[in-house]
Amino acid sequence: MTKASSSKTIWQVIAASSVGTLIEWYDFYIFGSLATVIASQFFPKTNPTAALLSTLATFAAGFIVRPFGALVFGRLGDLIGRKYTFLLTLILMGGSTFAIGLVPGYATIGFAAPLLVLLLRLLQGLALGGEYGGAATYVAEHAPANKRGYYTSWIQTTATLGLFLSLGVILITRHYLAADLNTSIQRFNDWGWRIPFWVSILLVGVSIYIRLRMNESPLFAKLKTEGRVSTNPLKESFGNKTNLKMVLLALFGATMGQGVVWYTGQFYAQSFLENVCNIDFDQSRTILIWGILLATPFFVVFGGWSDKIGRKWIMLVGMLLAICTYQPIFKQFVALTEPTGRTELASHRKLLEEKTIVSEKNPADSIRLVTSEVHYSDGAVFKEIKADTLFANTALAGAAHSSIKYKDKKLDTGSYRKLVALIFVLILYVTMVYGPIAAFLVELFPTRIRYTSMSLPYHIGNGVFGGLTPFIATLLTTIYVTDKLSGLWYTIIVAAVCLFIGAIYISNRIDPDVND
Amino acid sequence: MNQLKRWLGIVWIILGPVTIYYLIKTAAEEIAKKPVLDTKIQWAVFIIIFIPIAIGLVIFGYYALKGEYDHLPENSKEI
Repeated sequence: MTKASSSKTIWQVIAASSVGTLIEWYDFYIFGSLATVIASQFFPKTNPTAALLSTLATFAAGFIVRPFGALVFGRLGDLIGRKYTFLLTLILMGGSTFAIGLVPGYATIGFAAPLLVLLLRLLQGLALGGEYGGAATYVAEHAPANKRGYYTSWIQTTATLGLFLSLGVILITRHYLAADLNTSIQRFNDWGWRIPFWVSILLVGVSIYIRLRMNESPLFAKLKTEGRVSTNPLKESFGNKTNLKMVLLALFGATMGQGVVWYTGQFYAQSFLENVCNIDFDQSRTILIWGILLATPFFVVFGGWSDKIGRKWIMLVGMLLAICTYQPIFKQFVALTEPTGRTELASHRKLLEEKTIVSEKNPADSIRLVTSEVHYSDGAVFKEIKADTLFANTALAGAAHSSIKYKDKKLDTGSYRKLVALIFVLILYVTMVYGPIAAFLVELFPTRIRYTSMSLPYHIGNGVFGGLTPFIATLLTTIYVTDKLSGLWYTIIVAAVCLFIGAIYISNRIDPDVND
Repeated sequence: MNQLKRWLGIVWIILGPVTIYYLIKTAAEEIAKKPVLDTKIQWAVFIIIFIPIAIGLVIFGYYALKGEYDHLPENSKEI
């Protein structure tokens, strides 16, 4: 911009934009983090239509609707201005989140419950699609050219801090609804899960107040005064070959790889620790919380550094490191959570439950399940579930068929710290690819169509390529069952293609003037 | 470098349809293995979402082949 905003103003701008964006991410994540509880309340598996709505709620809101939100609100932002558009997305997001917390369960109002939740979730996706581009553009258009990466990186921290906040609020609510932990968890599953949704309205209220006091972006205000505002941002963004080619380059050379690295580091890693490594609910979340807390400052470090050496290579090196080290890091996750190599304290073994159930494979057979708590010398405590098949056919009685699984693993301090360090490394890669990207996208497009043009590649890269990462990765592990790490191939291939395209086609030039 | 950018355009043009072919083939195999509603919706969503993206990759490749990325715009006047 021609005249950099004063230091005080820019920090007000960053605070107003970041708090709102953080709340939007918080709102978006609590639904995902509480998916199991929400499913039991609104989407009973016994009912196929409700289960169908559940699948749609998961997929549609996260992946299909976000790019549409980018188009709808991006267009609005380029037509009426950044300030009022991202105020609108905030109200939409906060209102939907609060309303989800109010919807009665399936048991009370039947099909209306999952239908309402689906609609509200769609609104959440739309709002999120419109928010980010507005916030990033708003901050970038206030920032001086030599600090654009540094100032916009504060917006970048919000996606991770939103997850941090959602995990924190959920853990606190889950633990403090009663003096006894089991009662507290029971209450949380019954009604306490609504509290994190209600908390949103307070946060949104504060954020709306702050944002209302802000002025319109100076660059957009100037365009408006001069009567140079775009009349059809969608046509100008995607109907103009020169701009379309930059949209495609932004997607295939930057946001696609950035999206998969981000979602693997934060979401697939969490899902892997919980579902493949079977770590205890609380521990898997606190490991992530520590990793996030330690790594988040690096968004600002890499954003600031990108002002000096350019955006391109920081992002691409982040992708390269991810491609090269994902396999060994996830292999370590498995190794650190295995019972192999640990010494059991036999005297501490505690029988928790013993029961016999009918075999699903052959109803004539039965399965004896013995659940025990196993203590190890290093302090780790695992829940062991031993299953023995009792064959109805006496001729097979000698053919012992038993399997042992370990669940709810509470790790020893050493393994716990190593996992925190590994998650920190994964999130460090996220900070490399994500820290400079707002400045990079802002600099690719002109002011009059910036909101529309940058929002779409961002949300296809993050919503579609990134958002689908946990699902595709989990799906790959069900196709290639012998390899626990097969899910990582999706991320590695997408990031590698993006790295290649980015290295060859993207320029490392920092745009000295976004005032055009 | 510009020659490399152009030649690689052919790779991106081919990669788009190849990805969709692989996706549809895997979807057919997986649905045949487990023909329940959830599997069908899941794969249908993947295919519907990725087809426009694959078309975008083909357009990207076409632009690269035509030399559109030989010089990137440096200001709004070039857009």
